[in-house]
Amino acid sequence: MTTTAPAEAAVYKSPSGAAKRTPRHPGRIRRIGLPYLLLLPALLLELLVHLVPMVIGIVMSFKELTQFYIRDWGTAPWAGISNYKVSVDFDAPVGEALLHSFLVTVAFTLVSVGLCWLIGTAAAIFMQGTFRGRGLLRALFLVPYALPVYAAVITWVFMFQHDNGLVNHVLHDQLHLTDKPSFWLIGDNSFVALLTVSVWKGWPFAFLIVMAGLQNIPGELYEAAALDGAGMWQQLRRITLPSLRPVNQVLVLVLFLWTFNDFNTPYVLFGKSAPEAADLISVHIYQASFVTWNFGTGSAMSVLLLLFLLVVTGVYLLLTSRGRKTADV
Amino acid sequence: MHRIRAAAAGAVTVSLLTAVTACGGGSSTGGGGSNDSPKTLTYWASNQGASIEVDKKVLQPELDKFEKQTGIKVKLEVVPWSDLLNRILTATTSGQGPDVLNIGNTWSASLQATGALLPWDADNFAKIGGKDRFVDSALGSTGAPGKDPAAVPLYSMAYALYYNKKMFADAGISQPPTTWDELVADGKKLSKGGKWGLGAEGANPSENIHHAFVFAKQHGADFFTADGKPDFTGDGVVAAVKQYVDLMATDKIIAPGNAEYAQNQSVSDFAKGTNAMLLWQSASANLASQGMSADAYGIAPVPVQSGAPGTGKQVDSMVAGINLAVFKNTHNLDGAMKFVKFMTSDAEQKTLNTEYSSIPPVKTAQADSVFNTPANAVLKDTLAKSAAALPQVADESQFETAVGTAIKDLFADAAAGRAVTTDSVKAALEKAQQQMPAK
Repeated sequence: MTTTAPAEAAVYKSPSGAAKRTPRHPGRIRRIGLPYLLLLPALLLELLVHLVPMVIGIVMSFKELTQFYIRDWGTAPWAGISNYKVSVDFDAPVGEALLHSFLVTVAFTLVSVGLCWLIGTAAAIFMQGTFRGRGLLRALFLVPYALPVYAAVITWVFMFQHDNGLVNHVLHDQLHLTDKPSFWLIGDNSFVALLTVSVWKGWPFAFLIVMAGLQNIPGELYEAAALDGAGMWQQLRRITLPSLRPVNQVLVLVLFLWTFNDFNTPYVLFGKSAPEAADLISVHIYQASFVTWNFGTGSAMSVLLLLFLLVVTGVYLLLTSRGRKTADV
Repeated sequence: MHRIRAAAAGAVTVSLLTAVTACGGGSSTGGGGSNDSPKTLTYWASNQGASIEVDKKVLQPELDKFEKQTGIKVKLEVVPWSDLLNRILTATTSGQGPDVLNIGNTWSASLQATGALLPWDADNFAKIGGKDRFVDSALGSTGAPGKDPAAVPLYSMAYALYYNKKMFADAGISQPPTTWDELVADGKKLSKGGKWGLGAEGANPSENIHHAFVFAKQHGADFFTADGKPDFTGDGVVAAVKQYVDLMATDKIIAPGNAEYAQNQSVSDFAKGTNAMLLWQSASANLASQGMSADAYGIAPVPVQSGAPGTGKQVDSMVAGINLAVFKNTHNLDGAMKFVKFMTSDAEQKTLNTEYSSIPPVKTAQADSVFNTPANAVLKDTLAKSAAALPQVADESQFETAVGTAIKDLFADAAAGRAVTTDSVKAALEKAQQQMPAK
């Protein structure tokens, strides 16, 4: 009964008297009900903004939805699983192109996330020490993260131009690193261009998160380690990185999902038809849906992508949580 | 630990859901037009002038005139080309669109297939003065053959060869080329010292399609069979695409840098005197806005393989232009009709086509002396005698993307110094054909 006592006291203070008529366990109802009541608006919004369109997207993936039916897509004929069949038939052009785009995206994501993490972590550790101008430098580091994506990427487009771009000017004209000016926005180099912009845009987030994580590591650990004769490298390996582990788990996962689904960067860099070497899956699906007007196939591709990301994420969370349990012991 | 797992799960859910919701969409209410709001109209104009601001300046006084005449207020929105098709698709899906809108005339059949545009049957044409008022070639780009047009022609344009008079004189060339052999020979004389013979928009799929289409016609080939099936790999089509890309790859009269052009940079290059020639549709207004005076350049018909431009194998331009369509879901059907009648009236046709350096698709307006300048004479002549409409098939939009992108990739090969062979062209076109929706 002790648990209900404070609540009852609160009820009898109510001037309206209404509480007296409430059923047997008013406190419990309030305590159990209130959080759900508070969650309700968020749940409703989530339902409207995410779940309903998602279900519609899944329904669309089973329809033969082309320009002939988009005006009233409910009337589009059912396609069974043919949209999925087309998407995963890797010997046929549509499936082959999807597979290619998927592999490009995996390679791009792994390298981009790796570099973002590495640069972000290195910068955060470097910024731990106190020195003049640290605040200014920290603010500067965050600029790419704070800039509007479109403005930032379009600036990169100018810099990557073959004839008048800054990149070729520096690499070719000033440093003489290349025989002739390179193409960055078409052909194979487009992968490098995409990666450069993605890492430039993504590492400040890693920096921010790791920096926050570093604040939570008690200074005594380092002091004790230093007394024991541990050098910088050993402190990093045995204190900093293990302590950052939980932060890194979330950071890497979020970066992975963001990078894998990134649409803005490739779209602004290359437009609707990306070069083959930089054909990321998000733009590829956009093209299937909105450029070739095959919304059914586009939806099927989206659902397949969702399943893939769910599996990867599930396995990742499983692996990292298992690792954590052993670490806790 | 708990909190981190929850945060991770939350982040995952949100990120994953956005992946699928990107493809969600609504259902439309269907139905036809009404006259629920007779006092207002919404008009989506395509970006015709040098900028959206220029368009507003050109169009607003005309819309004010219309309001004075009819009491109907027109809400104008100028939509950039890059957004227009998606905006129309969105409006089609939601049923919430403008009352009247501009469409690129090559999209007519594709948009007709969505059923979102009001068909122009005899009754509707009668309300704007009859079908006979329009030039035939322009009517050829208003929808699939055998169906009521999905739109009416508003501005007509055609490709022409723009050449820099001074650069030609300096190179000792007295006449603009009339055949491709001559163009290549002239181009080689002009391509030196950082200057180039010809400009191109290698990374712009639509621009690539326009040229490939004309070359294909000149090779006696078509991208679609008579019953509307894609046919991208015939010898004539392959030879046509190769001939176009070869202007950069083997003839070397187009700068490799043009392979990544998609924002009309080749027009700027021409205005600056970097390129001596430009194949463009109605470039005068654009060149003027970039400071090139009208007497600095000459205008000639686009070259053919041999002989003079005409029909059949002597086609030297697509029928380019803008059409005006009425959205089927309009809430002001009568007003929309009045507006189309106003915009296609002789007076407005003269004003607007002069501003945009295009040619009126309305016969009586076209006959006006304003359109008898040398530049307009070439365009008018081309439209009347040697221009052909792009394939009016429902898959036209997909064709532009698939083949236009294939040519973009071929240009990228040429720019990088990789060989562009008949086989590589054929392979690229075959891939493009396989990407077309199955029938």
